[in-house]
Amino acid sequence: MVSAPRGTESPSVRAGAPAARDVVAAVADPELVVLTIEELGVLRSVEADAGGRVTVTITPTYSGCPAMDAIRSDIRTALAAAGYRDVDVVTRLAPPWTTDLISESGRIKLASAGIAPPARVAGPVPVALSVTCPRCGSLDTERLSEFGSTACKALWRCRGCREPFDQIKPL
Amino acid sequence: MTTGVDRLLALGDDALVTAQRLGHWCTRSPEMEEDVALANIALDQLGVARLLLSYAGEVEGAGRDEDALAYLRSDREFRNALLVELPDRDFAVMIAKLLFLSAYQRLLYRRLAGDQDERLAAIAAKAVKESAYHLDHATLWTLRLGDGTDVSHARMQAAVDEVWPYTHELFEDEPDLRPQWLSAVEDVLARATLVRPADGWAPAGGRAGRHTEQLSYLLAEMQVLHRAHPGARW
Repeated sequence: MVSAPRGTESPSVRAGAPAARDVVAAVADPELVVLTIEELGVLRSVEADAGGRVTVTITPTYSGCPAMDAIRSDIRTALAAAGYRDVDVVTRLAPPWTTDLISESGRIKLASAGIAPPARVAGPVPVALSVTCPRCGSLDTERLSEFGSTACKALWRCRGCREPFDQIKPL
Repeated sequence: MTTGVDRLLALGDDALVTAQRLGHWCTRSPEMEEDVALANIALDQLGVARLLLSYAGEVEGAGRDEDALAYLRSDREFRNALLVELPDRDFAVMIAKLLFLSAYQRLLYRRLAGDQDERLAAIAAKAVKESAYHLDHATLWTLRLGDGTDVSHARMQAAVDEVWPYTHELFEDEPDLRPQWLSAVEDVLARATLVRPADGWAPAGGRAGRHTEQLSYLLAEMQVLHRAHPGARW
């Protein structure tokens, strides 16, 4: 007989299992797969209570973001694989998500994946700066459409290398 | 503080019917980027509609969820303004409707973001940022068509003239928002070399469930699958 571990882990969680927070933070966004939901700023909190119940709080990027169902399901799957069976995923709207929540590492990953990161929304009076082409670095770019392949992206084109590219539009 | 069911349905139905109308344009737009843009705007509206209808169902307390409210109400039970149900007989009509609606939603959501009802305030605080993009998109097209060729100008002016009377109903509950709305909309129309129609006939009734027959056709198409296969999931 092995006695059940005590503390914040549920009895079904094996000793040495990764912390719930680390498991959830590593879940990739289904539409921006180079980013984790933590880097995207979609993950609000992960709390484990004494009974082993894990409560994950997430926030949607756009009101109609169709990835939310997939994110909820991916969180449950990842936690279950790590031994966490008693999971509650809560959605919270306030304060509203903004692209400023995308982390520095997330911005670098986006650019290396060919997706231009958004300009900062908060701060001094916004100046209409050109968007840098994530492929060749040129500033000679033009916006083709404010709406792109997903709700959070705009479609741009580089006049330098002639390649089209996505931009996460500031929100 | 909790908002009344009829009020939540009015806001939610405006968004839901708009999403359904815009969805029709996907694959029918003048260019592929526009298919994508209108589908994205429809998705934003649908997202807000789901949040509002879910909340309305909870406040009502009769066990109706967002699907029951969207798919199992009859036309007389919808509370949307008549403007959003009008048929998009021309691309310019769709743009005129989107311009007038998003200018209104932007002002309304900005106000509701500070509402005492925290749940409604949270929904509005998200929606207001999205409506800025919708308004921007409708503005760009209004300028392009209004200040375009003789044909595009004539069609855009006809569209503005056709839907203008229906904009009055938007301000039934918030008459004090109309001056701000007017200054925003009049500025766009002027830059687009379009004439702002005179106020006069002001059809209304949508908030009380009295709709044009166009809503019935729209609902028939939107609801047929759910009604034929109640509870179906995939």
